[in-house]
Amino acid sequence: MSKKTLVEATVNGETVEFLCEPRQSLLESLRDILELTGAKEGCLTGDCGACSVMIDGRVVCSCLMFGVEAQGTNITTVEGLATTGTLHSLQRKFLEHASLQCGICTPGFLMAAKGLLDRNPEPNEADVRYALAGNLCRCTGYDKIVKAVLDAAADLRTHGEGKAAAR
Amino acid sequence: MAEATTNGKYKVIGTRPIRHDGADKVTGRAKYGADYTFPGMLHGKVLRSPHAHAIIKSINFDKALKLPGVKAIVTSKDLPSVANKLEQAGEMAINPHHLSMNILAHDRVLYDGHAIAAVAAINGHIAEEAVRLIEVEYEVLPPVMTVDVAMKPGATILHKDLRNQEDGDKQTNVAQHYQFKRGDVAAGFKAADYVVEREFKTAMVHQGYIEPHNAVGIYSSDGTATIYCSTQGAFEVRSFSAQVLGMPVGKIRVVPAEIGGGFGGKTTVYLEPLSVLLSKKTGAPVKLVMSRAEVLRASGPTSGSQIKVKMGATKDGKLVAAEIWMAYEAGAFPGSPVGAGAMCIITPYKVENFLIDAYDVVVNRPKTAAYRAPGATNAAFASETVIDELAEKCGIDPIDFRIKNGVKEGDAQTVGPPFKRIGFIQTCEAIKNSPHYKSKLTGKNRGRGVASGFWFNAGMNSSATVNIHADGTASVVTGSPDIGGSRASMAMITAEVLGLSANDVRPVTADTDSIGHTDVTGGSRVTFATGMAVYEAAQDAVKQMIERASKVWEKKPDEVEFRDGKFFAKGNGVPPMSIKDLAPRFSRTGGPITGRASVNGRGVGPGFATTCVDVEVDPETGKVQILRCTIAQDAGKAIHPSYVEGQMQGGTAQGLGWGLNEEYFYDEKGILRNVGLLDYRMPTCLDLPMIETCVVEEANPGHPLGVRGVGEVSIVPPPAALANAIYRAVGVRMLETPMSPPKVLKAVLKHGGSAQHSAAAD
Amino acid sequence: MATVIIPALLRKFTDGIDRVDVAGGTIREVVRNLGTRFPGIIDQLIEHDELKPSVAVSIDGEMATGGVLERVGEDSEVHFIPAIGGGT
Repeated sequence: MSKKTLVEATVNGETVEFLCEPRQSLLESLRDILELTGAKEGCLTGDCGACSVMIDGRVVCSCLMFGVEAQGTNITTVEGLATTGTLHSLQRKFLEHASLQCGICTPGFLMAAKGLLDRNPEPNEADVRYALAGNLCRCTGYDKIVKAVLDAAADLRTHGEGKAAAR
Repeated sequence: MAEATTNGKYKVIGTRPIRHDGADKVTGRAKYGADYTFPGMLHGKVLRSPHAHAIIKSINFDKALKLPGVKAIVTSKDLPSVANKLEQAGEMAINPHHLSMNILAHDRVLYDGHAIAAVAAINGHIAEEAVRLIEVEYEVLPPVMTVDVAMKPGATILHKDLRNQEDGDKQTNVAQHYQFKRGDVAAGFKAADYVVEREFKTAMVHQGYIEPHNAVGIYSSDGTATIYCSTQGAFEVRSFSAQVLGMPVGKIRVVPAEIGGGFGGKTTVYLEPLSVLLSKKTGAPVKLVMSRAEVLRASGPTSGSQIKVKMGATKDGKLVAAEIWMAYEAGAFPGSPVGAGAMCIITPYKVENFLIDAYDVVVNRPKTAAYRAPGATNAAFASETVIDELAEKCGIDPIDFRIKNGVKEGDAQTVGPPFKRIGFIQTCEAIKNSPHYKSKLTGKNRGRGVASGFWFNAGMNSSATVNIHADGTASVVTGSPDIGGSRASMAMITAEVLGLSANDVRPVTADTDSIGHTDVTGGSRVTFATGMAVYEAAQDAVKQMIERASKVWEKKPDEVEFRDGKFFAKGNGVPPMSIKDLAPRFSRTGGPITGRASVNGRGVGPGFATTCVDVEVDPETGKVQILRCTIAQDAGKAIHPSYVEGQMQGGTAQGLGWGLNEEYFYDEKGILRNVGLLDYRMPTCLDLPMIETCVVEEANPGHPLGVRGVGEVSIVPPPAALANAIYRAVGVRMLETPMSPPKVLKAVLKHGGSAQHSAAAD
Repeated sequence: MATVIIPALLRKFTDGIDRVDVAGGTIREVVRNLGTRFPGIIDQLIEHDELKPSVAVSIDGEMATGGVLERVGEDSEVHFIPAIGGGT
């Protein structure tokens, strides 16, 4: 058995320390050590995006990163998207537009969409499709996902993140 | 049964409430099978065959067992011997012997990825290392990969004991022959002015659910077992696992976790019996989760196929004859959906003379499982392309050709019985009147194609209970795993009957000990059959509450009426009572109220869909870009329209992927070479446009709310619609799926880009 | 009497006849009477006093769920068809 390393990182705003083996992915560390099972394993090869999280503001497939590489980073998972129990506009719009069926890809899509809206608050349909192309959904045909992201962008432009969330 | 209607004054049905499980699913809290952990839980991994076809001469796991952290290894020697014949397991028929051999190979491996042994260890990494330390000696046999090779006289035989009903005691790879016949085919073709005959091939494809198979098995010292897993059918997992493990059904409890897609692929068992076997051997809970490569290599994709279609029409556009030969890959064990394919292939049309021969053929590929309208998509790719060609020869618009020949109430199905009320023509007309079809498509190398599809839909068993809470709200409990928002529909039906809001009803999916038998979430049957049970259970609760209200008012039950969520006493001026008013009096009037119902869903209403797609073909690369897509589908009645549209859009997307890019790619040794999602190329959101929907509501007379079920038929038309669109764009008839860039390019180059009516096939 | 439509591949048991009038108030009786006239066909349809897992039956356009106990009307049309599984 390989020796474990102590990793310190900020996860969803809290400082955490965890012990992980060098061979454990960040996804495995999040799910099995920190018990944050929102990020899902769909492929372990970075093709499906179900494990997407944000690291220092960038959307990353957590299956492609080792847990030890998270040392000193700031990680947001889907569990950190809602603030004090109030859903983020993206989460609300996904529900209003019926953008999920089975829901397994939803955490990844939400994180990828958050990454897009953080850097481009006024995306058009092509921007959204481009930004979400690394995430696979097999249930919806993407139609209602793209519409929800465009609607959430409009909502955030009108109300801002805090106000939109508070409504 | 109340009269079916689509224009009734519903208060809840037809609205779009937020789904009840939604908040958990957007916050990451929803618990899927792989999210379960238990104290002391071990992790399992499976050793899989590197050969497509081989005899297992020996297995040595001494080294693996010595690896620190390894707790147990199981092989087929740990499985009991079971019956080798088709047996009823719940509503589905299975051959327990074949299922057992698929769970763990007995004396030979029959496909690349076939499970041979399973290891339990303290973590997944150690289990994986142990798998690599198991030594297996094989005698490699030639693989049989396609139906034409498997059907040849003298072909290598997969199962020495396989016989079919026609070849007596001869060894064979043909497990089953189906035949459907009507009229006089020769006379029919004689009357035809135009005859089109084509041969088609479709590649094996996978359902492509994003969540890999998973199971946690907990075997208890008292001889009972509990399985947590993501499945479309907890009761099927229970009965199949019981069969394979030789355990009584009543000793196994299956707890359905949230499920991350299935599309038919999660209606059988792979890991579930292994988790129980390993748990029994170690005394600890054992979790197994497939990798993506394992999902592709060793779960249950749907059949590749070869189909010959010959059809004839008179010059005024009347179909007069069809002769069809079809053979589907069953995979390593019998049971492809070729019978269903044969019963669908020309069902949308009135054809007086036909002969359909269909063959179920075993090959060295994974055993196929159901995939959304199983068998129908392959079939429609062939028949709907030929229909398009005949329409062209007759000089008739392809939609009008379908309307002219399309089936209506009273027309005979392929299998014989007449249709009741159906909405096929309406789906054609919806497309004809759609903004999409009315728009003009301009530009070079662009074309528009249409195609239609049929699927039976299913009834089967469902149970439901409706509990009225002390505050007048309710819960509805069913046994149908919710794969696409069905809990919302169940809550809405309950709310409609009880006069509550959808929010006042909590829907729950129960485990196999907590609800009556309920068959799979499949066959488009949940909203139809479980919906029927829910409707009746809610009515039962109302009936009981009417009695209670009559007690409170000291009246006879028939003097109390229930409407709009309130009880009214006939005659005097007593103010009405709501359920909320009545609920506190339940305990003094006889105890809590639980409505219950179990059904074996009769009155199944079949589904039809028609799809229109615009494409642009790049003649330099062969890439097909989808420009616009519209689907019209008959839902009977849309309970939650958003999730009905979602089924239509999702099935369409899968059909488009099937048509353009998806395929199992085996090398000459029978080894699957595209075992990841980069190479097994499913549509991303960059590949697709918005998918426009026309929900047709031709009420199913067999359902109290007119529901037909909407889960499947949307996948059927797209591959043929794409082929027809490509033809109009560049003048080549594609006769093979996937119509991927290399194949389209080859066809375009061969065609030379000028003459019409050419066809492309390898 | 009910009219039974014989599936194409079972017509070898009925001398090629594709529809036949048979008496019986249930599927059990219909099959029994059919078997009296055409020995050999019973084993294709029934096993342990129940429809074989591979066989489904449609009566007057309705998929019957009652197996051999299903009621058959005086003028019913009975089709024996292959049983199929479901998908999504």
